[in-house]
Amino acid sequence: MSTLYDFALRMGDSTLILGHRVSEWCGHAPVLEEDIALANTALDLIGQTQLWLGLAAEEEGTGKTADDLAFLRDAWDFRNALLTELPNGDFGRTLMRQYLFDQWHLLMLQALQGSSEKRVSDIADKAVKEVSYHVERSRDTVIGLGDGTPESHKRMQDALEYLYPYVGELFTPDAVDEAATHEGIAPDLASLRAAYDAAVADTMAEATLTLPDSRFGHKGGRTGKMHTEHLGHILTQMQWLQRAYPGASW
Amino acid sequence: MQPSVDQVYTWLDDVPDPEIPVISLMDLGIIRHVEWAGDTLEVTVTPTYSGCPATSIINLDIETALRGHGIEKLALKRQLSPPWTTDWLTEKGRKKLEEYGIAPPQPAGGPAQCPRCQSHDLERLSQFGSTPCKAQWRCKSCLEPFDYFKCI
Repeated sequence: MSTLYDFALRMGDSTLILGHRVSEWCGHAPVLEEDIALANTALDLIGQTQLWLGLAAEEEGTGKTADDLAFLRDAWDFRNALLTELPNGDFGRTLMRQYLFDQWHLLMLQALQGSSEKRVSDIADKAVKEVSYHVERSRDTVIGLGDGTPESHKRMQDALEYLYPYVGELFTPDAVDEAATHEGIAPDLASLRAAYDAAVADTMAEATLTLPDSRFGHKGGRTGKMHTEHLGHILTQMQWLQRAYPGASW
Repeated sequence: MQPSVDQVYTWLDDVPDPEIPVISLMDLGIIRHVEWAGDTLEVTVTPTYSGCPATSIINLDIETALRGHGIEKLALKRQLSPPWTTDWLTEKGRKKLEEYGIAPPQPAGGPAQCPRCQSHDLERLSQFGSTPCKAQWRCKSCLEPFDYFKCI
C-alpha cells in the first residue's frame, strides 16, 4: 500500500479513536456546558476522520469507504496513537489527554498545510481551524484545574504523570513516517518536538503542574505493533452494530 | 431551456439552513460555485465544520430544491479548500441572525452586543453551543443567555 494510505490511516485512526473516547462523555459531563463542549469536540474529530479515512479509502482504490475502514477492521489493523485509546478516567484526565493531543495535533496540521499532496493540505486547512479552537479550550481547562483546588491540582498532576509516557510516540518516526517526510507529504515528526515542549512547558507552568523528568515513551499504536488492551474494548462498542447486522444502514 | 446560473443562485437563496432556518444557504456562504457542464448543473458546496451533521441534510435540501425547479442532471461537488470562513456570511444573513437572537460573528472573537437589548456588558458561558458553529454567551444587563455565531 502507498505511503499516503498509511499516513492518512494513522491520522484518521487517531481522530476516530479519540473522537469516540470523547463522545463517551455525552450526557455524563459535570455541567451542561462541558457536556456540549466535549460532544462538539468529538464531532469535529469524527468529521476529520471522515476526511482522513475517506482519503485512505480513495488511495486504497478497492471501492471501500471511510465507514468500511472505521467499522470493519480489527484491533491489529488500527494505527492510532496509544494516547488516544487510553480510558477517559475523570474529567481532568480526559482534558489533560485532550490538551496533550491537541497541542501536537495543531503543530502537525500547521505543518501539513504545506504538504506536497494537495488532498492532505486541503484537509489540514480545514481541520486546523477546528483544532485551534480545541487547544484553546483544553489549555484553559488544564490551567483552571491545575491551578485550582488542592483536589483538582492533585488529580491533574496524577493525570499528567499517567499520560505523559504516551506523548513520545507522537514524535517518534518509523519507516512509514520517514517515507512520508521524504515524499513531502508530512513533516519530520521529531522536528515538531521543540515547539511542542515549549508550549506544554508554558501551559504546565501556568497550571502549577510539574512535567515528569522521564522521556520514556510507550509506542506501538501508530505502527500497529502493540496497542493497549483498551483498544479492543472500544471496538466492541464502536463496531457492534456493523458486526451484529452487517451492512445495516439508516 | 437551461435556467441561468443567476437564476439558480436565486433559487438557492430560498433554501434555508436546516439548523438556522432564518438564513439561506447563500447567506451562509457555503455555495462556492454554480456552473453548467454541458447539460449537467454543477453546484460546489463547502462544509462549515467537518463534523457538522447538517452537511448531508444541506446536500439533500439543495438537490430537492433544484429538482423541484426542474433540474434533472445535477452534480454536487465538495470543496474543502479554501476552508469556509464566517467572512463569507452575507450582510443580509448577518442582519437576519441578529434579528433572530443570534449575535453575528466579529473578528474580535466575541459578540458586539446583546441581540436582545444591545448592551455591551456580556460574558461568555461556553466556547461551544447547540451546533458546531455557535458559542453560548449571556447578557449581564438583561440577564438573557444567547447564541453567538463563532468567528472562524
